[in-house]
Amino acid sequence: MLRAQRESAITTSIEERTWLVVPLYNEAAVVRSVIEEARTTFPKIVCIDDGSTDASAEEAYAGGAVVVRHPINLGQGAALQTGLDYAMRDSQADYFVTFDSDGQHQTSDALAMVQRLDTEPLDIVVGSRFLDDRTDVGAVKQIVLKTAIQFERLSTGVKLTDAHNGLRALNRTAAGAIRITQNRMAHASEIVQKMGRANLRYAEQPVHIVYTDYSRAKGQSVWNLVNILNDLFLK
Amino acid sequence: MDSQLVIKIILIVLCAILALFVLLPGRGSRHVAIRRLTMLILFAIAVVAIVFPNVTTAIAHLIGIGRGADLLLYGLIIVFVGNSLIVQRRHRQLEEQITTLARRIALIEAPEPAERINGTSHAGRERPQQAPADQAGPVDK
Repeated sequence: MLRAQRESAITTSIEERTWLVVPLYNEAAVVRSVIEEARTTFPKIVCIDDGSTDASAEEAYAGGAVVVRHPINLGQGAALQTGLDYAMRDSQADYFVTFDSDGQHQTSDALAMVQRLDTEPLDIVVGSRFLDDRTDVGAVKQIVLKTAIQFERLSTGVKLTDAHNGLRALNRTAAGAIRITQNRMAHASEIVQKMGRANLRYAEQPVHIVYTDYSRAKGQSVWNLVNILNDLFLK
Repeated sequence: MDSQLVIKIILIVLCAILALFVLLPGRGSRHVAIRRLTMLILFAIAVVAIVFPNVTTAIAHLIGIGRGADLLLYGLIIVFVGNSLIVQRRHRQLEEQITTLARRIALIEAPEPAERINGTSHAGRERPQQAPADQAGPVDK
């Protein structure tokens, strides 16, 4: 490592070398407090407003995020890729965290994941709800998720305990290797596929997902599994 | 022997050809040419069927179908399914192009990441414009 790089790595804190990438679609009710809360830890947050029809973009901006606006609604996968493209333009940035805008993720979990990237030989750390008992997952949802995990293990060779967990921390290698082409919900499986193909060094981190009434009302229904499978296989 | 064997074979072969057509990587001009030729042939067949309605029935009998109308229906189904698949593929390509385009626009309009400042100051960043509620997003006027 060059001396200049090493010095900047020492003087710049890990939080300042991290971008939180937050896809945003019609979350005006909660996004501001989510961003304000996250910014007490991470100063660099980019919200990708995916063509929201409410005041989401203004709320995210008021919370202190950089707002990048899709001119039209493309889907969460597309928003994540736009956010990663944006954050990677910052040469100071070493780490990229995908984070949900509805308040179900914990900033402390995100920080712990980035710290692991910084100290362990890893390219990507993926959150998992099933590594400890902090997260209360409903019965139906649990069946759907477990099925998806088994399926993903078989098709990708990547051994994870949770599928479609939106909290992930990536270094530059991982962010460059994973190009999301699935615009909608199938992007979560696509990321796992590409982790396997690019032989990224991965680990899982126990995370606490907070299901509020708000997120439950908006959350993925079981029907979405059908749509995800369709996107993945009927290309 | 199954009186409908001939039509079954014909329909299956047509399905296989469609499947092959869908699976092969599209090379632009050839695909377009094939589609146009198919359309021309369909029009020609349509004209013949209109002028000589009995011809369809005759052909139908020849290949083991009771009525000409049934023959037309089978043909229609094949053409419809094939067309749906082609349109679906085209739709995906368009979606990819639109995504690339929209992403480029979003990134052009965004402030440089390096301009991002610590603290709560909003200097150096552009306030996002309020998008009209019924429109997809902000458009430069």
